[in-house]
Amino acid sequence: MEVIEHDVVVVGGGAAGIRAAIAAIEEDPNVSVAMVSKVYPMRSHTVSAEGGAAAVAREDDTLEMHGYDTVKGSDFLGDQHVIEYFVEEAPKELTLLEHWGCPWSRNEDGTVATRAFGGMTTKRTWFAADKVGFHMLHALFQHSMQFDRIVRYDEQFVTRLLMEDGAVKGVVALDMRQGEVRLIRGRAVVLATGGAGKCFPFTTNGNIKTGDGMALAYRAGVPLKDMEFVQYHPTGLPGTGILITEATRGEGGHLKNSEGTRFLVEYDYGLGTKAELGPRDMISRAIIQEIQAGRGIEGPYGQYVHLDLTHLGEAKLKERLPFVLELARTYVGVDPVTQPIPIRPVVHYMMGGVDTNIDGATDLPGLYAAGEVACVSMNGANRLGSNSLTECLVFGARSGRCAVAFARGASAGDEASLRAQGEEEAHRIETLRGKNKGGETIAGVRREMQQAMEDGCGVYREQGSMDAAVSALAQLKGRYADLVLRDTSKVFNTEIIAALELGNMLDVAEAVAVSAAQRQESRGAHTRRDFTTRDDQNWLHHTLCHFDPAGPRIDRKPVTLGHWEPEERKY
Amino acid sequence: MSEVTKKTVVVTRFDPDQDEVPKTQSYEIPVQSDWKVLDALNYIKDEVDPTLSHRWSCRMAVCGSCGMMVNGEPKLTCKDALSNYGNTIEVEPLANFPVVRDLVVELDGFMERFKKVKPWIIRAKELAVEEGATRQSPQELADFKQWSMCINCMLCYSACPVVGNDPHFLGPAAIALGHRYNMDSRDEGSAERNEVMLEEGGVFACSYANECSEVCPKDVDPAAAVQQGKALSLLDWAKGLVLPRGSE
Repeated sequence: MEVIEHDVVVVGGGAAGIRAAIAAIEEDPNVSVAMVSKVYPMRSHTVSAEGGAAAVAREDDTLEMHGYDTVKGSDFLGDQHVIEYFVEEAPKELTLLEHWGCPWSRNEDGTVATRAFGGMTTKRTWFAADKVGFHMLHALFQHSMQFDRIVRYDEQFVTRLLMEDGAVKGVVALDMRQGEVRLIRGRAVVLATGGAGKCFPFTTNGNIKTGDGMALAYRAGVPLKDMEFVQYHPTGLPGTGILITEATRGEGGHLKNSEGTRFLVEYDYGLGTKAELGPRDMISRAIIQEIQAGRGIEGPYGQYVHLDLTHLGEAKLKERLPFVLELARTYVGVDPVTQPIPIRPVVHYMMGGVDTNIDGATDLPGLYAAGEVACVSMNGANRLGSNSLTECLVFGARSGRCAVAFARGASAGDEASLRAQGEEEAHRIETLRGKNKGGETIAGVRREMQQAMEDGCGVYREQGSMDAAVSALAQLKGRYADLVLRDTSKVFNTEIIAALELGNMLDVAEAVAVSAAQRQESRGAHTRRDFTTRDDQNWLHHTLCHFDPAGPRIDRKPVTLGHWEPEERKY
Repeated sequence: MSEVTKKTVVVTRFDPDQDEVPKTQSYEIPVQSDWKVLDALNYIKDEVDPTLSHRWSCRMAVCGSCGMMVNGEPKLTCKDALSNYGNTIEVEPLANFPVVRDLVVELDGFMERFKKVKPWIIRAKELAVEEGATRQSPQELADFKQWSMCINCMLCYSACPVVGNDPHFLGPAAIALGHRYNMDSRDEGSAERNEVMLEEGGVFACSYANECSEVCPKDVDPAAAVQQGKALSLLDWAKGLVLPRGSE
């Protein structure tokens, strides 16, 4: 078995992972960094982010305002010291990206342009037309290529963390092209594998978003935090779930029901004058309520409402929202210049994730996490649009630096013991390859899992449906053991990868459902029909979900408040 | 759901563990009228034959994973409507690349060429964060923006007649990327990059067939980058005759 040694191993090659790798080199130019990803870095899901990245840039804006907006958006579940650090670092990180070549859109005077976004009191979202994630990812990846001390391991799927004496010592990775397992040793590991939208049937997320890093940390004993908070983006294309950016509303787009009414203005959804510029959780609920009130529009994939951009004019759409034009024309055959776009709420983002502190450090020595895989607690119960791309940079960088500092004082571990773990993992994977005894298919179990999540953990939830999801998932985990696999080849065996991903998703999905079923209040994206209000008395705390072979175990953790006192969340 | 009909998808299969040469396999499957070619492959993978290997992720034409030959033309399969074709569709791995397995090709060569053009901002003196963002006018942005839109899907390498014959050729996407940085007002590295552009396999290896620009699913114009790159690199070369490297 091949054994490779580095100082720091970064798992994932999206915005958070690349930023962590670069930060590690910035911290110590002699450090050796492995960047291990199951795809080529430019395929990472950061690429699909559209609307922008938030950081204070204008004269009329302040860090205080960005902080308050984020705390309020989080429904007061965000940790305020984390948010204060975030808003302070945000402008620096986006400036760095500018220096590294990101093609930010510009004002006439050459300064970086900003646009309005949901829940933000002023224009503070930096953008590169409507392909911001794409441009940020490519700028980061291309910038990283000049550092020879960042060694890439592309298309290598990490299946296990290497452990010794209760500390992380690297990872086991399956090389997809060779079909061989190798050890990539490192005295610190940074998880940056993104979210887990594919636990749901209808999501903006790409096929690769299967919660891998969450499952790795969870099984190694690190709790998943605040998993009940799943963000539904208000505007996805029916059928595919393809994202239509919030920037459409930032640039002045309207949401309309079957009667052609701007329902966020005409009806009271608690959004006040914000209307279309409200936060995602509230707008997604409003759309569902419109549909339930009989004011939806019937389509081949169920009821939807309209996103109307026709009044913005072709010139502005071409300049600011060219990707939206391409997506609507290609995937629903609608030309937004002249026709409204059909949209409905769609699973987009996990507020929850691997429990970390402000350094990105978990309670497992040597293990760090940043970006969507992590829950550093800056998003609380609802993330504001355009905060997450910046989060990847701010906490990717901090995790990378802290991982280097940790690695300096840590031992590399005993090779024989790590090798034994690798052999064990190789055996597990080998058993899976072409495993021809079993009665369940990957696609079948995956479909039922996704259905259970949609039924139990949708925009609106109640005890019965969440409990049903919990038991369905427990049952599906049992059936997972009975999977049948037919591909016996070692070379680029995507069936094994899909089986391992499904295993990860089942663990993550169960954590979501169990966390959701126990929180008896409505806060942010967790909205219950049976507990309709926020209850700070009993529930102003984070949820921790611990892995246990007998089933997930729930625990709680205090929220760090600060100078913003919890208040009723009204816009 | 939209209307369902039947189509036959003929897919290239190759497993180096078992096959000497690639073969084809036909699948007759029900398809929906709004499906893309990728949806048909995913249906086969999930419901008919889990041994089929292909790459995909975003299914919204931005991650660049799912380039393949469809009826002999390089296509981004998540963007290519099945309704563009008749009852039989042939799907093969991208031309001009070594095949790893089935529809999966090897990208090592591309990744090396990509790095060769130094696709990062080069400045004599790096800016400090405290200096703030550089000013760049909308016009200066427009001067390079279109070449920053490449999603690395490799369709242009499959279409390019030179890539197939000249193993040294940098190829359309890599040249366009180098050109993107050369045209960026924030960059000072064009002299370094143009050395690469003028090497064997650089801009002058291009025969200007223009196929690259025609197949690009994101309307990038690599052919124009190559042509502009020829002029600019020659200019640098000419200046080099007057000003030897290192003098100012």
